This record gives sequence, C-alpha cells and structure tokens, in this order.
Amino acid sequence: MAKTVNINVHHVTRVEGHGNIVVNATNGKIEKVQWQVPEAPRFFEAMVRGRSYEDIQTIVSRICGICSITHSLASTKAVENALGIQVSEQADKVRILMHYSEQLQSHILHVGYLVAPDLFGLPSVVPLVAKAPDAVMAVIRLHRLANEWSDLIAGRTTHPVTLKPGGLTKFPTEKELRELQQRLKNSVGDLKAVAAAVLSVAGNLPNFTRETEYVSLKQDNPPTYTFYHGDITSTDYDGAVSIHDWQSVANEYVSDQSTAKWTKWHRDSYTVGALARFNNNAPLLSPMAKDVARMFGLTQGCCNPFMNSVAQIVEAVHVVETSIEMIDELLTKGIKPESVKTSPRAGKASGCVEAPRGILFHQYEFDRKGNCVGADICIPTNQNHAAIQKDFEKFVPEILDEGEDAVRLKLEMLVRSYDPCISCSTHMLNVEFVR
Amino acid sequence: MSKPKIAIFDFACCEGCQLQFVNLEEELLDLIGVADVVEWREAMSEKSEEYDIAIIEGSITRLEDEERLKLIRSRAKVLIALGACATIGGVNKLKNNFDDLDEVKKCVYGKDSKKPHLATQPTKAVDEVVDVDFYVHGCPIDRKEFTYIVRCLLLGKTPEIPDFPVCVECKAKGNPCLWQYGQVCLGPIIRAGCGARCPSNGFRCFGCRGYTSNPNVDAAKEVIDKFGLTVDHLKTKMVLFGSRQEPTIYG
Repeated sequence: MAKTVNINVHHVTRVEGHGNIVVNATNGKIEKVQWQVPEAPRFFEAMVRGRSYEDIQTIVSRICGICSITHSLASTKAVENALGIQVSEQADKVRILMHYSEQLQSHILHVGYLVAPDLFGLPSVVPLVAKAPDAVMAVIRLHRLANEWSDLIAGRTTHPVTLKPGGLTKFPTEKELRELQQRLKNSVGDLKAVAAAVLSVAGNLPNFTRETEYVSLKQDNPPTYTFYHGDITSTDYDGAVSIHDWQSVANEYVSDQSTAKWTKWHRDSYTVGALARFNNNAPLLSPMAKDVARMFGLTQGCCNPFMNSVAQIVEAVHVVETSIEMIDELLTKGIKPESVKTSPRAGKASGCVEAPRGILFHQYEFDRKGNCVGADICIPTNQNHAAIQKDFEKFVPEILDEGEDAVRLKLEMLVRSYDPCISCSTHMLNVEFVR
Repeated sequence: MSKPKIAIFDFACCEGCQLQFVNLEEELLDLIGVADVVEWREAMSEKSEEYDIAIIEGSITRLEDEERLKLIRSRAKVLIALGACATIGGVNKLKNNFDDLDEVKKCVYGKDSKKPHLATQPTKAVDEVVDVDFYVHGCPIDRKEFTYIVRCLLLGKTPEIPDFPVCVECKAKGNPCLWQYGQVCLGPIIRAGCGARCPSNGFRCFGCRGYTSNPNVDAAKEVIDKFGLTVDHLKTKMVLFGSRQEPTIYG
C-alpha cells in the first residue's frame, strides 16, 4: 500500500531537553528520516576555563538537573586524578551510595512518569493516576525515597553540596544510615508493584531490533555490576580500554542536524545506558534484579532499544538490594570523621562514571595554581544520537504502512526509550586548549 | 471562578528546577487540583496557547529564544522567573566573561564552530528581555518556597521573599562559620531564603540566589581582611553565579 507521510515533531515532549523528529515519505518512498537536536548550547567547556579545581563540580553539576550527582562525581574523580588526590575507602563507598540514589531517582522518573503513559495509551502521568492509582502511588513513594536518600547523602536532591575533591564535606550518621537501610528494605514491595504494572502492559513495547554495539563500564576486581569504577568495554570488544583513553572510544564528530556531537566506535553508531550495562554485565546483577529480568524475558544480547526501560527497572531493583548490603558494610566498620586538605598542582586527567542514561566522560587540565585551562566532556545522550538516527532509518520502513499517527507515536516512544537528556548532550566537545 | 491556567516553558538550563515540581510528589497532585497545567513539555504531551500564568525556566542565549519569550509574555497575565538561570543568568553567564564569543564556540566545537545552528549571544536573565512579575530564586529552586509563592498567587497575596543575607539563616541554625575553616563563603552578601542549605552541609555559599538588593559590601570586606584575603579571592567565587551583575563588590 502506497503511503504518504509528513511528520514534523518540533520539540518532542516528555524528554529532558529539545529534540525534533522529521519524516517525509511520498507514495511509500522515504525521502527524509531525521533526528534533530536544536537545544541551545551552553558551552560548559568554556565556562570552566580559569576556574579553580575546587569549583569545577559546582559548575558542571549544572549540566544536568536529572543526573547532577553523576556529573559531580565524574568531574570530582577527574579533578582528583589530575591533582593526585586520594580518597578513603569510606568516602568511596558513601559516594557510590550517593550515586545509587540518583540511579533509582532517574530510572523511576523515566519509567514511571515519562514512559508508562505511552504503554497505557495516555498523554501524561496525570490521567494515569485515575487508571492505575496503586502503581502511580508506588512510583511516587519510590521517587520520594530516592530523593530523600539523595538529600541525606548529597545534602539535597539536585546539585549535591557535600562533594569535594578528596572526600565529602559531611557524612551521614550511623543512625541515619540504619534508618535509610530500613526504608530501602521496606521499598521492595513498591519495586515489585511497579515491575508488575509495567509487565502488564509490556506487550505495548514495539517489537523492533537493530543489532548494534553496546558500550559501558566493566569492573573485574572485585567483579561488580559497576556504575562507578572500572574500564570501558563493549559487546563488540572482548577486552577493556582504560577510562583515560576514552577519546579513542567516543571518536566524536559534529553533525549538521545537531548542536550535540555524535560518536562511533567499531560501527557507525553505538548505544549506552541501562541496556548496554545489562548486555555487558548481567551475570553480576543482584539476585532479585535477575528475577525481574527473567520475569520480562530480558536476556543478554537484547538489541531492542525499547527494552532499555525494562533494563532500568532491573537496575532500580539492583541498586536498592546492593545498597542494603553496602550500608551493612559501612555500619560494621563504623563511620569515622575525615578531614581532608588538598593543594593545587598542574595536571590533566579524566574521570568516568555511568549516568543513569549511559557512560559519561569528563576530562580537565589544570595549571600549577589549580586553575582549569581546558576541559572535554562527553555525555551519554550524545553517544546515543547516532544510534537513534540509525534506529529511525531501520524502523520507519518497517512501520510506514501503519500511518502517520502510529509512526509519529512510535518514533517518539523510541526517542523516550533512550531516556535522552538533551540539555546535557549539547556540550560534548573537543576542547581545544587555547592559552 | 475557573481554575487559572499555568504553562511551563524551558530555555537554556539543566531543567533541574522543573524537576523540583516532580519532586513535590503528592503535593504536585494537589497543585494540579487547584490549577490547570496546560503546557509542560518535559512531563506532558499537551500544548496550549492560552494561559494565565507563564513559568519561565532557563536563560536566554539566542535571538530566536528572545522572540519566543516575548510572545509568551504577550499571552500571559503573570510571568514567573524560575531558578537562577532565569532570575540572574546563573552559571550560563560565565561565558559572558569572555571578550570574544567566537572563542567560546571554538572552545567547544573547534573548526565546526561557525556552523549556523551553533549560533549564540551573550546570556541574558529573563528580566533583561521581558518584565518579570515574580522571582523564584536558587539553583535549584527550593520546593517549599515555590509552593509558598504559588499559594500566595492563587490567594491574591504578595509573597515575601527574604532580602537579608544567608548569614542570618546560617547563624540561626548555629552552624560554625565556614570562613574559620578556610572556605571563601558568600553568605554575607547573598540573599537568604534557602535555609543556608549549603553551609549547613559544610559547603561554602556560592551565591545561587543572587545578591541582596543592598549587599553589605563593607561587611564582606571586613571578613576578607580578618582572614588575610583579598577582594580577588572573593571575586573568584562571586563569578560562578554572579558574572557581570550589578550591584557587585567590584565598584
């Protein structure tokens, strides 16, 4: 059946940041399929120039409101690597606990508020309250728990104020940790309720696959489903690349349809995020997380981008279960006060962590006074832009016969499934160090 | 009386302030009960050109965005600037410290910096483009302060926003002064209302709520003298959120 379709979605809704979808087809012949990123660039790599190593985190946290803890951690690690600053085991563990609070917050926000309405056939979470009140209340409780968890360890929900090079300005007390642990244990019922609600409509996730490369961190020592330490790996590559060589993985380039840069490694695009971490590290998930993956039939090697939201549910369970254990470890040793003094020196280094939406790289160079002379930041959503475009090119011909409305909805759902954070992504750059 | 229509718009920013709406959790449902949210791209698919209250998040960095903002202003009875990017320009104004914006672009996009879709201009706060009726300060905004302001608005009252320095709230909390621990804290000159959130967590105030309307520059100078520092030390911290703003300590 010949089809004529003209889609021009200006600013896709229910995603962080601004993205456009353009599809033109006449009599079944596709003329144009494009994922565009028109977000206003903010030039963070320029903003940090001349600023002290102590202030880098405060600035770059503002790259993203949803993953501000992740940006803060990546930049703080890069600063510490550049200036040769050590971090205690206790501070390292509390930071990971802080990081997990953001993984839970972001995954629940994405699955519960942004993706679920599509699966239930609704325009937003507001009418969903009437349709699935118990599930929405479970989402709200989990989201609040994640936020109060961030409040406790990061000092507040968005833009942490307890991180500093060398450690933290403030540690939670043992009593606070015990209370948090109890709340995490109590949240398991809500996690299962959200998983069950999504499973009940999982049949509405489009059945689409495109074999591609999945890139994430991996950690062998000790073997961990990692978000924070380790090296870079991919489903196309058996070995591991040091995070300090991340530019050789990302290979960034500027595309005319985007204010964000694009990336490629072994193929013409690669994918990062929860599904990438799952595809590389699934055997290391916690027992309950493995159960949830099984429930959805999610297995390693999955190449359906829509399953990223399912992988996020799996990870939400994993971070809760793992945090309960980590708090036990912290309490066994007891929280000890720390006083860290740092001093500036010249240096250049990278820091890398997994944002909820995929692997994130920061690199900084400092002069001997500790002032920043250059920065290079590569954000997960940038690394997914080329994959979104390639998905569009394969997906549109498969669904063109379904008509304009269906094509539009499914492409919007596809973009959302990547959990894009577009305002972040318009600042990945090669920073030329101009002195 | 019909429910007021609210529309939420974002410009150049991290969208962390509208995230605080979601973080209201159940309270957000209460808010939706007393007002009609007719447009909110980050959370809803619906769009509208009819609204009473426009909430603006983010800074203005492109001519096309100035035009869009003016159109929104012409449609709204009340316009609220939400968060530091909108109220004072925030960290986005750091780029205004460069004499040459082409250098800023080159810093990020290298040889591709001249491509037309990468155009930019000096960052402006919302009130540098249109009139603003109410300000919700902070980076990010404080959820409680936001609901207080909305409540006042719906009741026809004028919200009272503190115009005294962060030090007042910090002292009331009994925090030790961070200057004594070698931190350059902007508490003496920055607008309170945050409950001294950062110093209470052992982190210096970096000025996200902007200066008080009459900042006590003499007190700030007294503090730096006492700790053997110079105005330059203070300036390196003021620049984070306070680039190119008046009044400042520079004069």
